[in-house]
Amino acid sequence: MKKTGAQILCESLIKEGVEVIFGILGGSVLPIYDTFPQYPQLRHILVRHEQGAAHAADGYARATHRAGVCIATSGPGATNLVTGIACAYMDSAPMVAITGQVARPVIGRDAFQETDITGITIPITKHNYLVTDVRELARTIKEAFHIAQTGRPGPVLIDIPRDVQQEQTDFVYPDKVDLPGYRIVSRGHPAQIKKAAKLINEAEQPVIVAGRGVIISQAYDEFKEFAEKAQIPVAHTLLGLSCFPGDHILDLGMMGMHGTGSANMAVQNADLLIAVGMRFDDRATANTREFAPNARVIHIDIDPAEIGKNVPVDVPVVGDIKSVLTALNEEVDRREHVDWLSQIDQWRCEYPSQDVRQSNELLPQYIIRQICEATRGDALMVTGVGQNQMFVARYFTFTRPDSLISAGGLGPMGFELPAAIGVKIGRPDEAVWCVAGDGGFQMTIQELATVTQENVAVKIAIMNNRALGMVRQWQELFYSQRYVDTKLWNPDFIKIAEAYEIPGVRVKRREEVRPAIRKAMEDPGPFLIDFFIEPEENIYPIVPPGECLARFFEPSRTETWQRKSGVSITEF
Amino acid sequence: MALVEDKPGVLNRVASLFRRRSFNIESLAVGGSEHPGLSRMTIVAIGDSAQIEQVRKQLEKLINVVKVSDITEGNMVTRELALIKVKAAASTRSEIMQIVSIFRANIVDVAPGSVTVEVTGDEDKVNSLLGLLRDFGVKEVSRTGRIALTRGSSS
Repeated sequence: MKKTGAQILCESLIKEGVEVIFGILGGSVLPIYDTFPQYPQLRHILVRHEQGAAHAADGYARATHRAGVCIATSGPGATNLVTGIACAYMDSAPMVAITGQVARPVIGRDAFQETDITGITIPITKHNYLVTDVRELARTIKEAFHIAQTGRPGPVLIDIPRDVQQEQTDFVYPDKVDLPGYRIVSRGHPAQIKKAAKLINEAEQPVIVAGRGVIISQAYDEFKEFAEKAQIPVAHTLLGLSCFPGDHILDLGMMGMHGTGSANMAVQNADLLIAVGMRFDDRATANTREFAPNARVIHIDIDPAEIGKNVPVDVPVVGDIKSVLTALNEEVDRREHVDWLSQIDQWRCEYPSQDVRQSNELLPQYIIRQICEATRGDALMVTGVGQNQMFVARYFTFTRPDSLISAGGLGPMGFELPAAIGVKIGRPDEAVWCVAGDGGFQMTIQELATVTQENVAVKIAIMNNRALGMVRQWQELFYSQRYVDTKLWNPDFIKIAEAYEIPGVRVKRREEVRPAIRKAMEDPGPFLIDFFIEPEENIYPIVPPGECLARFFEPSRTETWQRKSGVSITEF
Repeated sequence: MALVEDKPGVLNRVASLFRRRSFNIESLAVGGSEHPGLSRMTIVAIGDSAQIEQVRKQLEKLINVVKVSDITEGNMVTRELALIKVKAAASTRSEIMQIVSIFRANIVDVAPGSVTVEVTGDEDKVNSLLGLLRDFGVKEVSRTGRIALTRGSSS
């Protein structure tokens, strides 16, 4: 029996195990939406802006480890997806983005709502397709899911002209893909693993730097076994948080620009770095020329192009983290690094990482600690971008695997709410907290309608400092306190929530924090807390731009910092 | 040298990658290969070995790129074809023809006031001929960029 392109799309999605699609309609996807009622097993979540669809699909993908699917119409619908696609690409999240395109006869004629979305998304997708023949559609979808979900995951876009959606053909879903140019090395080379093990066994001051690859590979047990057996402390990139228990004796927390003193000092003083599923992003390494000057580097990653991209590597091991660590665990000796760990303990004492200073002001650090304690760490934390993100990264103790969903690479403000929707829909039985800044929250605030329409029980905590906080912090520290356009006039977020039929409370004082969190947790549905935090609170330490990791700055140490570095913090 | 799938947009993907990663292309030539459905691209890019290695690995990540080899160090044959339109008066035409014949090049078009020369060879040969013809006044040049194959029975 012949089927239309739209039916083929829906049936192919079902074959791929897709249950949820995030999207919004428009002229060039009408034939697809017209067939949705025939496939009730596909749940469509109607968002209010295509960026929301892409971030929600991204959140869903990170929460479920399966490709998130989003759909948008041609032209502006497709271009509105771009931020979300780029975000998924930077953070290696599997996604299949489907866009409608104008009908084939008018492609290239600047038709109404025509955009060359395959051209636009070449640098931000793992691959993309323009389907010009309905007979190619099923194979294309099969390939798209395969590419998105295997190897180093990423987004794949399929652009389908409207008349292809309506054209009919026989539907046969292929069993396998034939992609001669797509090869994945999943097992590490045994000789490389032996070389790595030798370096590890000989190291006296080793540090593991763990990235999101550990989480993508779901290698928590293998990773923990590795760290414990070789007794090596673990520093995380932002997205590597929650790959290893934050309360473990070997855990150093986050490294990098806003990393903990102990993580940054350990990395800078290491004689061996074992980089696991991370890509030496500049926010994690700071100045690469002075990065870990005495360390040899082992780099384990599934993407060969990451090896040597940003820092020189002594022993590369290309492969899937889980498989490589399983093999490596056989080869490494059980070790004790008593001196090294006691040195690290000294740094921990010297630079306490989760201290919240005593204050009558409402501090974001205190709020995040309270959410952590109230939930006992048993929550999925979705963050925005900026200070709120760094406060979560630093002050929430991630004790359960895979519990931080944050946009690390692209850093798009406004990620938090739509991503939290996707996370909650992907893992409905878990508590999902969406920590937002007041600036970023207003970039995708319209998705509150999606929250209510779909009854998505996310708990929204706005760290409201009436400012674009991170930028304000940079203006304070690096632009001589010339505050240009970082102060925000904000609407009353509680009234906004009320208009969207979402209950909420405003918190202005410390003693109101716990009751508000408890109230949010007890409410079965969505809930919003507007935390009126101290507006000038900064995230510290900070490694000033261009500096190396060891030269992190915090106000309590201004004098020491200036003595050591010979420059004033305001000179940057 | 890259074997790529003969599909729409592949050249765009390759070119986009070079631009995106700030690698410079000196020349890029593309045409058919011995495999049906696959084209062979010869890309000349300048960089240190780490940069070239990074280019190679980034190219290999493209789904439509089947195989990439860095043949800089290898034993290879390279050729380039150039068409050179050079000013030629009655008084200079025979001198031009002599130079052309020394280079085993051909004159493929003669017009009043100019001749068009076709030359094939490695880049040095094309450059030397072009250098000599400059004295007569070169009006237009079109070069294909290098194409290459490794020597012997490899791959």
